[in-house]
Amino acid sequence: MKRDPVASGTAVRSGTGVASGAPAVSGGVTAALGALGVVVGLRAVFGAPLHASIGWLVPFAGLRIDLDPLGGAFMALTGAVAAAVGVYAIGYARREHWARFPLVMLPVFVLTLLVVPAAGSVTTFLFGWEAMALTSLALVLTEHHRDEVRSAGLFYAVLTQIGFVAILVALVSLSSASGSGDFAGIRAAAGDLGPALRNGVFLLTVVGFGSKAGLLPLHAWLPRAHPEAPSPVSALMSAAMVNLGIYGIVRIDVQALGGGPRWWGTTLMVVGAASAVFGVLQASVSADLKRLLAYSTTENMGLIAMAIGASMLLGASGLASVAAIALTAALLHLVAHAAFKALGFLAAGSVLAGTGLRDLDRLGGLARRMPYTTVLFGIAALGATGLPLGAGFVGEWLLLQSLIHTPQGDNTLLSLVIPLSIGALALTTGLGIVAMVKAFGIGFLARPRSEGAEKAREASPTMLVGMALAALGCVVVAVAPAALGPALTRVASTLPSVGGDQGPKLGAILRLPGAAGSVSPAILAAAFAVAISLVLLLARWGVGARPAAVVRPLWAGGGPALTPRMQYTATSFAEPLQRVFDDVLRPDTDVAVTHVAESRYLIEKITFRTAQADAVEEHLYWPVVRAVAAVARGVRKAHTGSIHLYLLFGTIGLLVVIVVGR
Amino acid sequence: MSWATRILKVGRIVQASPAAPARTVPSPTGTRASLQIRHVDAGSCNGCELELSGAFSSVYDAEQFGARLVASPRHADALVVTGVVTHNMRGPLIDTLAATPEPKLVIAMGDCACDGGMFRNGYGVAGAVGDFVPVDVELRGCPPTPDQIVETLRKVTGR
Amino acid sequence: MALSIALAALQVLLVLVGAPLVIGAMRQVRARLEGRRGGGVGQPWRDLRKLFRKQQITPEGTTVVFRAAPFVLLGSALLIAAIIPVVSLGSPLDSSGDFVAVVGLLFLGTVALALAALDTGTAFGGMGSSRQMTVVALVEPTILLVLFTLSLRVHSANLAEIAGGTLANPAQAFSLGRVLAFASLVIVIIAETGRLPVDNPATHLELTMIHEAMTLEYAGPRLGLVEWASGMRLTVLLVLLANLFFPWGVAPGGPGLVQVLIAVAAIVAKVAVLAMALSVGETFLAKLRLFRVPELLAGSFLLGILAVTASSFLPAAGR
Ligand code: SF4
Repeated sequence: MKRDPVASGTAVRSGTGVASGAPAVSGGVTAALGALGVVVGLRAVFGAPLHASIGWLVPFAGLRIDLDPLGGAFMALTGAVAAAVGVYAIGYARREHWARFPLVMLPVFVLTLLVVPAAGSVTTFLFGWEAMALTSLALVLTEHHRDEVRSAGLFYAVLTQIGFVAILVALVSLSSASGSGDFAGIRAAAGDLGPALRNGVFLLTVVGFGSKAGLLPLHAWLPRAHPEAPSPVSALMSAAMVNLGIYGIVRIDVQALGGGPRWWGTTLMVVGAASAVFGVLQASVSADLKRLLAYSTTENMGLIAMAIGASMLLGASGLASVAAIALTAALLHLVAHAAFKALGFLAAGSVLAGTGLRDLDRLGGLARRMPYTTVLFGIAALGATGLPLGAGFVGEWLLLQSLIHTPQGDNTLLSLVIPLSIGALALTTGLGIVAMVKAFGIGFLARPRSEGAEKAREASPTMLVGMALAALGCVVVAVAPAALGPALTRVASTLPSVGGDQGPKLGAILRLPGAAGSVSPAILAAAFAVAISLVLLLARWGVGARPAAVVRPLWAGGGPALTPRMQYTATSFAEPLQRVFDDVLRPDTDVAVTHVAESRYLIEKITFRTAQADAVEEHLYWPVVRAVAAVARGVRKAHTGSIHLYLLFGTIGLLVVIVVGR
Repeated sequence: MSWATRILKVGRIVQASPAAPARTVPSPTGTRASLQIRHVDAGSCNGCELELSGAFSSVYDAEQFGARLVASPRHADALVVTGVVTHNMRGPLIDTLAATPEPKLVIAMGDCACDGGMFRNGYGVAGAVGDFVPVDVELRGCPPTPDQIVETLRKVTGR
Repeated sequence: MALSIALAALQVLLVLVGAPLVIGAMRQVRARLEGRRGGGVGQPWRDLRKLFRKQQITPEGTTVVFRAAPFVLLGSALLIAAIIPVVSLGSPLDSSGDFVAVVGLLFLGTVALALAALDTGTAFGGMGSSRQMTVVALVEPTILLVLFTLSLRVHSANLAEIAGGTLANPAQAFSLGRVLAFASLVIVIIAETGRLPVDNPATHLELTMIHEAMTLEYAGPRLGLVEWASGMRLTVLLVLLANLFFPWGVAPGGPGLVQVLIAVAAIVAKVAVLAMALSVGETFLAKLRLFRVPELLAGSFLLGILAVTASSFLPAAGR
């Protein structure tokens, strides 16, 4: 977790030496690919669908591109993130002395990210998916000389392959049952599939795609791999790659299968709610800036999954117009999250590059040393809190509205699920505020808590431009979500099973169809500006009688001057919360008291240590790993090397097969 | 609840206050009946503290004249300093005054604060309050009674 | 439109002027119950006037966050006063901001102050900020549950709609769900505005502080803004409590002069009653130990859940 400042500079420096223009080429190509993705994606959203197939490119079935508005929207979103990241990467790679390998892999990774939503057939999709997983894994391992990175890579490799197997089984069985290898064919045949197959496919996709989106329980790779990757890669993973997990669920379960029974939606809501609450709890007690952001990704993906689950549940309950609100919430929050999370990780990368630190307990005082980065991170953090004037507000508002507007009547399932989801959503937003106040307040304000933070230097111009692009996205979503309205309407219209054709109108005032409810972020922002100017006027009261303003040292309670070490740290900031939720978080704390030799009433020193592990990981994964290891040890006992014994095993096995098979 | 029923029976606990004394010290901001006070114990025997808390108790109720004790010198208009200034409290006393926004007053409370009182020549004593910060109001007594405290405060708040 | 803007301005003015009086009244009630005479209802106004005439002190090392926080805090409170139905249901901003937005604006102010406290870099500032954010994390869920209960019947989170729904159907005002929601909102208001037993607004002991600890570095006019804003936040929350649960007297959209006068009188009376009730309750309570506070808030969350359940499973009770 802690990096010494020297190592960060030399971390990826290679012996071969990279031409000084290489970062510009790599970043430029990445940004250009991203821009291309935006253009092509938007054309597909608004214009005619794009079809192409290249027979020789992918083994067995050829590459098949089929870009409809749904895929186009995800492609455009990915492209937008990639464009910002590409520009940023120019400066970042230069400052961090990237070797040739990551420089080459970065645009390749973006390319795979763009291919996945464009895939029209199962083979192309799986090919793109696996290519995406492998390139991102390679990028995560950029700084492979650090232990944390290697462990993160292992986690990532294992979990992503488990996920891949689930997706593979789901898609292959789907395409063999429907007799068609492309999504359009599957969709046409979906109605005739048996319920067992459909249910099986649904569960497998939730597991497989959910793992990519960082949903519980296969989330553990995310808070490890995202922070350990170089920051531009973290941004791509957390703002673009996770979206494709959601894309998979929407593409297969909502669009191709056209929704399912009500327990589908309920399942997704439960998984989403659990991920959201768990993610945000971990984020709010995390003291590592990038890990905090990664857990916040799990949180937001959980919210989005919850929204999609709600729209499936409501769609299956025949409440199409309310389902459409939930769907819009999911899509809008996806865009918002991409914007603020990309910005968040890029800003965290600037901090890392500028200080060599990502441990909040040692940061602080950046507002004076890195003013632009501070403002930009502030925009991202405000977006992540879900408060008004931030990017996350409208999406969460829509989700809440869809839950409020659900007519419950005597539908027991709905009247049970909906209030509980509101509770989960509410808890998530509350804790999300804490996490972001901590990240911003402890990390950027006050005084530096270490030498690294003391010597922080501002990000380079290209890095700032990249971040500014992402910030622009945040501001648009926050103040003028109406700009996204037409695109969202087009996307939603491809998803009739969740009432996509009757979604809310995203005008200057957001109005909900068939329900009284509206909000206008733009007018609120304007009114807020008026209110602030009114306060400025009020503050002039008595100005004539006021002595001249002065700057004075901090009031230290009369004691000697306060040192930076006396400040609250991220750990102490989260301590009350950790105490409140210690049943869930199960922090590992330890107090050791050393008494002086002469008397046990006198204390020489007290050592306090606290560590926050991932509770799910601790109590779910490790038992499984241990069980597998135990079985493996048992199997090893049977391996004596005696050929007679093996023959005996073989005979017994054959007999069992015959007896069972008969 | 017994004290509540007692209040109901007895009515007000607060004693009747005499007519407002003449305002001898202009209140710092020109606002009547609003005086936030930060109390600094510079080395007192705690006798003065007892009386000061008495002055803000239900019986004397200094708050009715607009005086209030606050937690930070940043919020204060006046410092009430009790006790002699010891070597250790000399710095903090000066710091506290510096942390108080203008316009401000210093009220030296008790004989110790005014001239060192009975501890004048103690080994740990640096001097009286007036030796280190400008004193605007002196309140004599060892300790001054709550009545005297309230009267002095009223002279400042003008109520 | 002009009329509704004028009404919104009236609401803002009413809350601006009334907030210090609400605080004054609460202190006065407390003083009387303690057998004191008290400084009078106007005392907070005198204190404000004085604070704006005092020197402004900026602590060394603080950034623009510290300087801007009082403005954000008070600005958000003003905006809330313009949105919510204080006097009339026809606020021009009603369609731009619903209950969710109002709660969000309230927390925006809280967050600004918490950041300012962290910005000072003092131990007490960090402590207050950390505690306040813990309270927020537990308060927000409850508020949203209350909101859900209230909006369940009218199917809208817009405040005028909720209040109007109760006016149109008075019988439902006292349904089980709403009573529970009322109770949990009261606890939430106490916690969010830092009243007893969650926080003691009159304490001098830094280690027991929540809200006060965050303002320790503010002086002069900025302190004035913060105090004024705190009063306004309490006031608007009391107004919400009054007008969402007992909306009688509120003028409809586009009212006549008489209706407006009645509405002003009604809201003053309602807020006065609520503030005094709160103050009486406070006098009889001691501050809770900090780590007992989450239990209280969890209790209010539970009440909120019960309220929602009661409203959705017992539809006949109030529909
Ligand atoms: S004046 Fe008297 S009571 Fe006050 S501190 Fe001095 S000795 Fe104690």
